[in-house]
Amino acid sequence: MTERRGTRTGRRRGTVSVPRRRPGEPRLVGFVYILPAFALYGLFVLLPALDGAWISLFHWDGVTQATWAGVDNYVDALTDPIVQQSFLHALILIVFYSIGPVVLGLLVTAALSRHPMRGLTAFRTIVFVPQVLAAVVIGVAWQWMYDPQGPINSALTALGLDSLTRAWLGDFGVALPAVGLIGTWVTTGLCAVLFIAGVQQIPVDRYDAARVDGAGPVREFFAVTLPGLRNEIVVALLLTVIDALRAFDIIFVTTKGGPGTETFVPTILIYKRAFVSNNVGSAAAVAAMLTAIVLIVSVGIRRLEEARER
Amino acid sequence: MITSRAERTLTYVIAIAFSAAALTPLVGVLLAALHPPGTLLSGISLPETPSLGTFASAWEVGDFQTLMTSSVFVSTAVVVLTTLAAIPAGYAFGLIRFPFSNVLFYVLIAGIIVPFEAVIIPLYYTFRDLGLTNTYWSLILPQAGLQVCFGTFWMRAFFRSAPQELIDAARIDGATTWQVLWRVLVPIARPAVFTMVVLVFTWSWNDFLLALVMISDDAHRTAPLGLSVFKSRYGLDVPSVSAAAILVALPILLIYVFAQRQFIRGVLSGSIKA
Repeated sequence: MTERRGTRTGRRRGTVSVPRRRPGEPRLVGFVYILPAFALYGLFVLLPALDGAWISLFHWDGVTQATWAGVDNYVDALTDPIVQQSFLHALILIVFYSIGPVVLGLLVTAALSRHPMRGLTAFRTIVFVPQVLAAVVIGVAWQWMYDPQGPINSALTALGLDSLTRAWLGDFGVALPAVGLIGTWVTTGLCAVLFIAGVQQIPVDRYDAARVDGAGPVREFFAVTLPGLRNEIVVALLLTVIDALRAFDIIFVTTKGGPGTETFVPTILIYKRAFVSNNVGSAAAVAAMLTAIVLIVSVGIRRLEEARER
Repeated sequence: MITSRAERTLTYVIAIAFSAAALTPLVGVLLAALHPPGTLLSGISLPETPSLGTFASAWEVGDFQTLMTSSVFVSTAVVVLTTLAAIPAGYAFGLIRFPFSNVLFYVLIAGIIVPFEAVIIPLYYTFRDLGLTNTYWSLILPQAGLQVCFGTFWMRAFFRSAPQELIDAARIDGATTWQVLWRVLVPIARPAVFTMVVLVFTWSWNDFLLALVMISDDAHRTAPLGLSVFKSRYGLDVPSVSAAAILVALPILLIYVFAQRQFIRGVLSGSIKA
């Protein structure tokens, strides 16, 4: 592509239909092509997002007249123990949705990348299945797994570990990790598939060189595989951290935030305040905070990567 | 490569362990669904006489005819709208130079990561005031608004990689920008469009939050929302709820079996370049 940027012509807004122009000049017709996409995105995502930020500045129950609140909703949210707790829970979920799956994904990749394996395609297809299922379906499946009469408890009983059986999703102190493990189950396949695809891009001679130097599997992993997967690891972290922060469906279907507020996360809190207890302004404030965090995290992880590349 | 036999065995053991972990919950619900409705189950048990009767009864009781019709209609509409908007937009961002195109592209891409929870509150109240809650529009339009971000991003990547000679040749033949898009590029873009259609359909089918907020009447419920209602009504009947869950998952699983390559490639390259 040529790098000729005729910005001057671009700024002359009034002259839309210029039939004769030199090739490579900016062309206003581009706006016509993006119009349908921006109409949909602008009307149903962008404007509502801005509208939400506006709503967060009011006390409003969704029905009667709203009253100006300024930053009250934000101040209240920051000092509200339930809000703080829900963000703490989101942080804990990151361990389960993101860090655990990345480690597991690396483990399986390290094992599988040592030599050509039969059935790699089948393996990929199977571990990727959780990614295509509706979260509601996943919630139903796991609620049965965790059921007091469910497979996990009966497996524990069969192993003679009766003392460990419990109502996993209803148990204080256990419910949040239990929900988190569902996330681990969902995102591990994504990480594994991402890393396996990445390993195939690493030049084979690097492995050969490592082996000539007498590297064992462990040193080979740290010297060749791990550095070679840097990009994929960043992408996996980015996707799964965002997944953890946005998690809603699975929690809503399995625990609805309970027992008590044990599995309350920001999204559940937003839903409940906006549509159940009609504290719309507060919900919008928490939503704005969550959005800001998601944007900061995604830009931050990207920056980290760019900084290291230099 | 020289690797020991023990190591090779270990590799297969790990691969099988991961596959088993991925499949266990699904096998669990499948076995549960093969029991007669209302059976009290304990752990993973094999039914004495496996039957598909529970699927039939769950279909009736949950009115899956209506749920599936709604979901097919909504997802198809979202796919059509998204595709028609994303193709020209991806083309413009990929191949046409116009003012502010970089900034606008980043604004659009932000839609891929923004948490929908932030959008849903004002969206609900606006749609309520317009009398549009409990309509398919309240699902189709916001979903298309979100999906078009990924769609544009995806089509842009394709158009950028399209062979320049082809475009130049068409230009020399006097084709307009518009003709280049529809007569030259779209025909060779079929695989990319197919992948986009599969992904957008799946994401739309699986949507839950929007339906949960917008839809409260029986007639417009989508399959995932219907499943959650089914579960809250008949939660103790594990075989029936399991059968209902499989019914909701089945269409997507079938698509996945036939298009798993496109599926995986789409999600991966979509995410790597994002």
